[in-house]
Amino acid sequence: MLDGPRVADALLTVRGLNAWYGESHILHGMDFDVRRGEVATLLGRNGAGKSTTLKSIMGIVPRRTGIVDFDGRSIIGLPANRIARQGLGYVPEERGIFASLNVRENLLLPPVVRPGGMTLDEVHALFPPLLERSSSQGTKLSGGEQQMLAIARILRTGANLLLLDEPTEGLAPVIVQQIGAIIRQLKAKGLTVLLVEQNFHFAATVADRHYIVEHGRVIDAIDNDQIPVNRQKLQAYLGV
Amino acid sequence: MFELIGIPPQALFGQLLLGLINGAFYAVLSLGLALIFGLLNIINFTHGAQYMMGAFVAWLMLRYAGIGYWPSLIVAPVVVAVVGIVIERLLLRRLYHLDHLYGLLLTFGLALIIEGTFRQIYGISGQPYAIPKELSGGYDLGFMFLPTYRAWVVLASLAACLGTWLLIEKTRLGAYLRAGTENATLVRAFGVNVPVMVTLTYGFGVALAAFAGVLAAPIYSVNPLMGSNLIIVVFAVVVIGGMGSILGSVITGYALGLIEGLTKVFYPEASSTVIFIIMAIVLLIKPAGLFGRAT
Repeated sequence: MLDGPRVADALLTVRGLNAWYGESHILHGMDFDVRRGEVATLLGRNGAGKSTTLKSIMGIVPRRTGIVDFDGRSIIGLPANRIARQGLGYVPEERGIFASLNVRENLLLPPVVRPGGMTLDEVHALFPPLLERSSSQGTKLSGGEQQMLAIARILRTGANLLLLDEPTEGLAPVIVQQIGAIIRQLKAKGLTVLLVEQNFHFAATVADRHYIVEHGRVIDAIDNDQIPVNRQKLQAYLGV
Repeated sequence: MFELIGIPPQALFGQLLLGLINGAFYAVLSLGLALIFGLLNIINFTHGAQYMMGAFVAWLMLRYAGIGYWPSLIVAPVVVAVVGIVIERLLLRRLYHLDHLYGLLLTFGLALIIEGTFRQIYGISGQPYAIPKELSGGYDLGFMFLPTYRAWVVLASLAACLGTWLLIEKTRLGAYLRAGTENATLVRAFGVNVPVMVTLTYGFGVALAAFAGVLAAPIYSVNPLMGSNLIIVVFAVVVIGGMGSILGSVITGYALGLIEGLTKVFYPEASSTVIFIIMAIVLLIKPAGLFGRAT
């Protein structure tokens, strides 16, 4: 779909990305770019391959082929720990809060991968509940607090591309608004975000560009300011 | 002399001390097993052989190089850990994605090979290893005689368990380890080199076994089967404490040593089976073990 010349200011370039779980072929040639400083979303129905795309970028899908370039360097062949060290921060769909660690330990767990990350004080200023509950067991937090913790812990690391997998899933509307405000703040600080979402209405409040994913491929790309003229298409793609 | 519940105090406290000594070995060995199982998902049946190798390396160093007990306490665990690291790199690494049973079979086979090799070379009669002179003798406490070396074994094993617990609960490395036990893939996706951490954890667990082996050398004779006799009981201890529970395996190790000692006083016929009876009861009531989390 986007197979063509690379975007000059892309921080992440994905071309022809294929991925498999065992015998199941999940991604069938994903093509998209994420420009420096923008918030891009992968939108699509359940099972379209959005989460697998993030996992493939992070190197945690065992079999994958294609091109994944981050900041001009190929990362497709690297092990997950080295991919993270390039400056990618990953927030998994199930949040990945560790039950055997308290909130503070969860927050301090990911190592700093490059300079420029937030200090602990800055993180606490952005997420005050995490300071109040720093000695609680991580999984004892509410769903919204766990999501904040999952985002907060990668902000310390200095990662400049954040991969967020359905951060609003299962959260109350007021918490969804808070998460939206945080993503806008992160963008204002210059961070680049690739967001996987099923909630189109939320995605439209934070993103600059949307990639529509179906059957493991990007079938369309729509700029956020072009949504009004693309309503019918979106309805057909997503049922919204 | 006074009696306690109809038992002469020397007999009671003597057996309690023996129980505590056994408990010290159970605790250090089951701690290593729990660490390895937690992160690697491998039931390390080679643990008994690695304990025996610790004792043998100490004995060999004394015999052929004149290196005494104190350096051996450090050097022997390091040597055996290096052997363990080679085993992990070459063999265990291939099994992580398979069922527990494969790891158990491989490590059981390795234990047979290692013990068989030592038996072939050194025979089955034990090799004596003298108590270092600083720790010989003992104290008359009035109600019992306390051999210095046995007190040292209890203290050294407590220190090893406490040190390991602090490392796991209070350090950043320990946080990686706990998190890796829950979700190694995610810890790796944060930038932590999990394969190296797994290798070092196996090496550390094996080093603990070898450390226990060096401690045991002056008490029991150094012989190729010293580990295989102990490992079955240690597995029962791990099952009772809960697979993968660090604190559980330490507390259960000492407690079961003491219970075994008391059984020797009150009903000696049951002393060799009491731990297995407790294991059966625990499995019936709380299959995940006393300190384990049900999954």
